[in-house]
Amino acid sequence: MLDETQAKQLTQEVIRRCQGQPVEVVISAQDSRLTRFANNAIHQNVAESDLVLRVRRVIGKRIGIASTNRTDGSALDEALHHAQANAQASPEDPDYPGLAGPAEYQVAKAFDPVTSSYSPEGRAQQVGEVCRLAKESDLNASGAFSTGSAILSVANSEGLFAFHPYTKADFQTVIMGEDSSGRAQSSSWQVGDIPVVDLGREAIQKAQRGRHPQRVEPGRYTVIFDPYVTEDLLHMLNLYGMSAQAVLEGRSWMNDRQGKRAMSQLVSIWDDGLDPQGIPMPFDFEGVPKVRVDIIKEGVVDEPVYDRYTAHKAGKTTSGHAIPPFMRNYGPLATNLFMAPGSAELEEMIRSTEHGLYITRFWYTRLVHPRDCVVTGMTRDGVFMIENGELTRPVKNLRFTQSYVQALAQVEAISKETRLLFSQYGNMALRVPALKIKDFNFTGSTV
Amino acid sequence: MKDLMSHALDVATSRGAQYADVRVVENHTENMVVKDGIVESIDNSETIGFGLRLLAEGAWGFASGRELNNQEVERVTVQALEIARASAMVRGEKVELGPPVTSQGSYQTPIQIDAFDISKEKKLGVLMAADAEMAKVKGVRVRRGNLTFIREVKHFANSEGAFTEQTIYETGGGIQATAVGDGEVQVRSYPTSMGRQQVTAGWEAVESWDFPGNAQRVASQAVALLTADPCPSEITTTLILGGDQVALQVHESCGHPIELDRVFGSEAAYAGTSFLTPEKLNNFRYGSNEVNITAESLRPLGLGTFGWDDEGVPAQSTPIVKNGLFVGYLMSRETASQLGKESNGCMRATSWNRIPLIRMTNVSLEPGTWDLDDLIADTDQGIYMETNRSWSIDDKRYNFQFGTEIGFEIKDGKLGRMLRNPTYTGITPQFWNSCDAVCNQKHWVMYGTPNCGKGQPSQVAHTGHGAAPARFRNVRVGVLK
Repeated sequence: MLDETQAKQLTQEVIRRCQGQPVEVVISAQDSRLTRFANNAIHQNVAESDLVLRVRRVIGKRIGIASTNRTDGSALDEALHHAQANAQASPEDPDYPGLAGPAEYQVAKAFDPVTSSYSPEGRAQQVGEVCRLAKESDLNASGAFSTGSAILSVANSEGLFAFHPYTKADFQTVIMGEDSSGRAQSSSWQVGDIPVVDLGREAIQKAQRGRHPQRVEPGRYTVIFDPYVTEDLLHMLNLYGMSAQAVLEGRSWMNDRQGKRAMSQLVSIWDDGLDPQGIPMPFDFEGVPKVRVDIIKEGVVDEPVYDRYTAHKAGKTTSGHAIPPFMRNYGPLATNLFMAPGSAELEEMIRSTEHGLYITRFWYTRLVHPRDCVVTGMTRDGVFMIENGELTRPVKNLRFTQSYVQALAQVEAISKETRLLFSQYGNMALRVPALKIKDFNFTGSTV
Repeated sequence: MKDLMSHALDVATSRGAQYADVRVVENHTENMVVKDGIVESIDNSETIGFGLRLLAEGAWGFASGRELNNQEVERVTVQALEIARASAMVRGEKVELGPPVTSQGSYQTPIQIDAFDISKEKKLGVLMAADAEMAKVKGVRVRRGNLTFIREVKHFANSEGAFTEQTIYETGGGIQATAVGDGEVQVRSYPTSMGRQQVTAGWEAVESWDFPGNAQRVASQAVALLTADPCPSEITTTLILGGDQVALQVHESCGHPIELDRVFGSEAAYAGTSFLTPEKLNNFRYGSNEVNITAESLRPLGLGTFGWDDEGVPAQSTPIVKNGLFVGYLMSRETASQLGKESNGCMRATSWNRIPLIRMTNVSLEPGTWDLDDLIADTDQGIYMETNRSWSIDDKRYNFQFGTEIGFEIKDGKLGRMLRNPTYTGITPQFWNSCDAVCNQKHWVMYGTPNCGKGQPSQVAHTGHGAAPARFRNVRVGVLK
């Protein structure tokens, strides 16, 4: 893994080879390891060391990109040659705002040496304990335990240089019985924060409680969502609308809602790359310092996140949310999302529900209609009927088709406790609470 | 290369590995996206490295590195051994790989024109021409077009004596028009959605798609959809699916549940399991007599077409559903052994830094006998839907709900009014048992799915699906809110 000095040397070498022509260099490197288990045994166990060096060359307002995972002189020259040829082949982009200038960065500690060097034996010991507990309960454990370190470094010919080392750890497990399952997950930049065995117990309890599920009729139900479900709600709202690009293209759920109350007053959502309660990242892929963006403020739709391109187009200031330039069609992206906690305990939320469903996880959620963020998906790994304030019986999985904007308008309570989770897709971390929502729409059930 | 790979295998076996394989992969990809007349991105990327997988103390370990030299090979091999020994701390059943694999040879995708020899200006010219055609249609909000070209050189060797070399070429591309109206967003894509169609071929594929010639139709339909009638809601009717949507239906409701690692629980925590459990093999009516599905890695153009899989097993053809009966799985060496069978060559990794997993090759619905016009004429009432827009299916691959970009009413044997936001839902075996007609070879197209996610760490694989339009009876449509 490159340290700051090595990253500086390498980026400067690329800039030097451009002989004063505008260029941006982004290095992302990682050492990551993942132990995967199923049927109460480790069946896949992997390690990866890689580095990607991306160059963006600029000729006037023509831009070309190239990348390589080699760092020798000929590889750098080849990448620069490709980027130059790509820029030359492109017509001018009148909206291109040029490269970012140098900036000051706040220190965002996110590197933990213990996580960085966590051994396969360490992961195996903890996974082994979860498997042992599952076996004792006549259940079947599966899941993944990942640890690793990474760096992101951005430099350009305008004198900008940014470097950020960080670590990542994540444990997730699904414990299955004959006709039931339970899931638990926790993520952090410090592996010591992850209570692996407790998470195993959480999933075991759900699997035990979920035995012999019964079918219930689809329809509208009051629901209590575990944080794992809330993560899905924010993830989909992010992918399909929190980006300025989606707003500029008119396909975001934020369109026509900015400045208006669209969600419950209890709901506040923001992105903050500097909060140590998340996975801190002080700058974006253009080297721009990240600033906090209030996306929903007490139910009122505020601002999407911007990169320099979309900010220039919209007459705004970038919020530091650029993603790699080859992914520009996705636009800027919120990657450090938070949802404000409430004042309730999960148990209280269940106790206050006369008739409803406690749902622990969503699965395979997909956008059906963008402007209201209508999503369909399935429940998975534990659904329980709530009757007169108590969990009375497990129920079979249901399919829902529901506007996530509308769902967050119908929030009745939010938990005090939040959980930090890496998203299933993309390099995104979210700190989210449990929710109580009325009239959530289930449109089908499975056999 | 061979020396480096032999060195890795020697280090692995001399230090206690019972089995080892090593892959060296070099991938070059060129991507370009044109949006509203400007180049949104144009990018060349290369990645090279090696991955070493081994069995030690009866358990698997895998490590990978990007530097191709003996020192790095030794570091990575020792790391893989350490990992395998850690895996052995929580070991399962003894791993059996079946008969040794000793494949030798080389393979290259047959191409007519190497896309990497075509100038960037010419490639962008195709996208710009399509963009200009879409721009002629009033009311289009966003126009996009993209092209992707891949050349991947892969060497494989194992401790049983196999050594293969293959070069795979892929070409992908698509155009898309987005129209925005009063609270409505409509998208039309060509040749298919999810960004692009993709095949194992060269530049000739781009020429065959004729983006400029299809651009105005695509744009006009996107605009027309804004004011089209909504798909009727909550009705049960006859459904005819276009070939591209049939391909997606095959991918999700047949391709995934026949992955034998899913069946055995290896993917339980992430992608899920499967309803097609082993006792159903040769004993379960998956679909009607019209339904014949084959998995094979030999067909021209398919993204699952190659010489050998990433365990060195040769490309081959496997019947999956024969006249409606479920008869086959996608298998690896290890999972096939558990069923007392031999691998049918379905293990693929997406790059050098990932382990091979069971992935779809080209899982295709075989053509039937109908001409599409005759099939529509034979349908009194129903809905025709094409081009996937959303797809969701449960973790056992039973309950699905799909949406398409466009629909048309079928009345008295004719296509009628356009319908927006069409969706349909069902249960996999019930749905395929309701299939009473599949269109003929004339309508059969090899579609590419370059975005198939599976595994942890995540792997996005490229799979192929040959399909033609097909008819299904008594399907629930119109599930939107």
